[in-house]
Amino acid sequence: MLRRALQPGLSRGVLGRGLGTHRGRSTLDQNGKVSEIKKKIQSVLPRGAWNPLRDTSYLPPEHSDVVIVGGGVIGLSVAYWLKRLEKPQGAIRVLVVERDHTYSQASTALSVGGIRQQFSVPENIQLSLFSVEFLRNINEYLAVVDDPPLDIQFNPSGYLLLASEKGAAVMESNVKVQRQEGAKVCLMSPEQLRNKFPWINTEGVALASYGMEHEGWFDPWCLLQGLRRKVQSMGVLFCHGEVTRFVSSSSHTETTSGEEVTLRRIHEVHAQEEMYLSRCPVCGPGPPSPPPLVPAGEDGPQPGVPACGMCPRDQCGRGLVWPDRRAGWCREGAPWHPAGHPAPCGAEEKGPGLETPFVIDASGAYFRREGLGNNYLGGCSPTEEEEPDPGNLEVDHDFFQDKVWPPLAQRVPAFETLKVRSAWAGYYDYNTFDQNGVVGPHPLVVNMYFATGFSGHGLQQAPAVGRAVAEMVLDGHFRTINLSPFLFNRFYLGEKVQEHNII
Amino acid sequence: MAHPANQRKKPDCGRWESGGREWALPGKRVWPLHLVTPVWNRGTRGTRGLSRAVAPEGSQKKGRSLLQFLADRFYDVQALREYLLRKQVLKVHQKNRPFTYIRERFGPHAAGAYFILKQGGAVKFQGKEWIRSDARGHFSLDFLKFQAVPVEAVDASGCAINYQGLDSVLALKELQSLWLQRCPHVDDWCLGRLHPLANSLQELSLAGCPRISERGLASLHHLQNLRRLDISDLPAVSNPGLTRILVEEMLPSCQVLGADWAQGLPSGPEEQSRDTASPLPA
Repeated sequence: MLRRALQPGLSRGVLGRGLGTHRGRSTLDQNGKVSEIKKKIQSVLPRGAWNPLRDTSYLPPEHSDVVIVGGGVIGLSVAYWLKRLEKPQGAIRVLVVERDHTYSQASTALSVGGIRQQFSVPENIQLSLFSVEFLRNINEYLAVVDDPPLDIQFNPSGYLLLASEKGAAVMESNVKVQRQEGAKVCLMSPEQLRNKFPWINTEGVALASYGMEHEGWFDPWCLLQGLRRKVQSMGVLFCHGEVTRFVSSSSHTETTSGEEVTLRRIHEVHAQEEMYLSRCPVCGPGPPSPPPLVPAGEDGPQPGVPACGMCPRDQCGRGLVWPDRRAGWCREGAPWHPAGHPAPCGAEEKGPGLETPFVIDASGAYFRREGLGNNYLGGCSPTEEEEPDPGNLEVDHDFFQDKVWPPLAQRVPAFETLKVRSAWAGYYDYNTFDQNGVVGPHPLVVNMYFATGFSGHGLQQAPAVGRAVAEMVLDGHFRTINLSPFLFNRFYLGEKVQEHNII
Repeated sequence: MAHPANQRKKPDCGRWESGGREWALPGKRVWPLHLVTPVWNRGTRGTRGLSRAVAPEGSQKKGRSLLQFLADRFYDVQALREYLLRKQVLKVHQKNRPFTYIRERFGPHAAGAYFILKQGGAVKFQGKEWIRSDARGHFSLDFLKFQAVPVEAVDASGCAINYQGLDSVLALKELQSLWLQRCPHVDDWCLGRLHPLANSLQELSLAGCPRISERGLASLHHLQNLRRLDISDLPAVSNPGLTRILVEEMLPSCQVLGADWAQGLPSGPEEQSRDTASPLPA
């Protein structure tokens, strides 16, 4: 009786969700009917390979409301917040195009994984605070029924920034701004430093700023996989491919001062799918497309471009958002001997212990503790002059010997006897203009949005930036955090929003 | 337990196996219906609500039609489960709400004491006896009269206190002893928050907290006045013996109870003689 009563109301679910669970019987019928139609067509037409009714459900959709270029942490964060903030639920179709699902060269996977609030620009501090709150409650945001909870392995050990005489005044003003925004940072004199961290050599250090709360490091891979799992459960579609070009239409208007401006609107996104050679599934089945004319180099999608970051060459000058700057050479220190035992080489000094924060030296070299076995992770970003070839992620060990080890060993004398265990290199999405992100709409392409150029702090701002871009796409303006200083317009107007505290 | 329908026909569509019992409906997809609360909630009052396993009632046919009904409404069942999960989370949030009125009217110490007592813990004011709530959660409100008397010790064992709820505890500036044994929601983030109590806190107990790992313990170095620290029975700490050695080095004047330093070490004469040089607490 129950079944009969519910039979008429079966079209929509009990809770009114329109996500259309199919009735078992109807699919079988449909399949049967389709195969019948296929047989009829094939009997009529001459023999050939043409199969118009083939099943294309495994391909990405031909139409999508939002296409996100790049499936790293920023792209997935945008997809998550779009799905979370859309009204009603299920209203928009989101497609994420990612060219490497193993993330072998993605910035997210190769990141050191730190999160801090010690920036000089207030918007960066706000972004970081929001992201910390997101990470703290990650199992409420990214919970998927039946899947185990995420453990991002957060180390709340804080950041310790060291400043020489030259940078002390800037550091003080930065700390003032940080405290105003709500970050818990304290200033320490060299003597206080020596009391707190006896392993540090304070020669050349005039001032240090130490983050007490909401700072530390975590596992970026876990965040990435958690986001991926959650957005898949929310109905975001994935395309395994590389975006090759846009097809857009243009219209001409006049500005208030009488200048002619060309506005564009993107209609098609062509992607080269990795699985199938020379096919463009996004623009529909058809003859194979010509090979992409994108030269490897500055233009086009590059490793490390998180999302929506492609500047069409015609629109802006080259080199403003430089997607493939290389930085972040990370080295691991050797396992130090456990305290109290004579080391093989005879040195008796203790290495930094469990309380070691993420230490950033005034010279730009940094290190942090890794695990419990007296391992450390250290590195340095090369300066613009020393920048190696961006296409090559090979590790340059001389760089470690010349540029990373000396400042670290000078700062922590115990590091003089460290040994390198392994090394890797990763990409910074470096903004050569002012080292801050570019977020928001393109001024001339009406339906394109940016979320790129974070110059080494993209991972720690990803949840907040995702929310900002989703708000911009859905509502047209920023709601939670006002990122108008980060809009693209600042390149035209020449207004730098310089971030001083980048590593 | 093999359902009779299993033997009849193998489903041709993809099978989804993620634990729990499965019923193979002829020719259909397989939906395991294994409704379980997430792992971290098992510490509180047992599994509730979500842990009923759906079993076929009565005859086979009736059971199958109920499963068919639920399987056809998969997304609705999913939405219902998400809703129940959210409700559980909101319940914990509700328990950890701040009592701003009491704080403004009676001061931070009284507000903190009220918060702890409401959670089911116990407080001790300076110079007074322990105040505990009884089995039904009732407690006397006499302590609201002690306006300026600071709270000396807090016993929040087994309480559902979380990161938000720590606000009330951190306002107790002269707290000397804090017991957070077996609190299911106290994690590394909460430990990173304890530094305002550095001046006064002398005793801290974290025994049996399922979410605390060595990464949170690393942030206890702010508490330089700590004299007793209990870190026994922490299931999320990967290497208890080594962690204890490192914590003892980090807090030289603190007595660290809990993990035996030999725990987790491979047994053998060489290893043991190497590790006898662990520093003694001062």
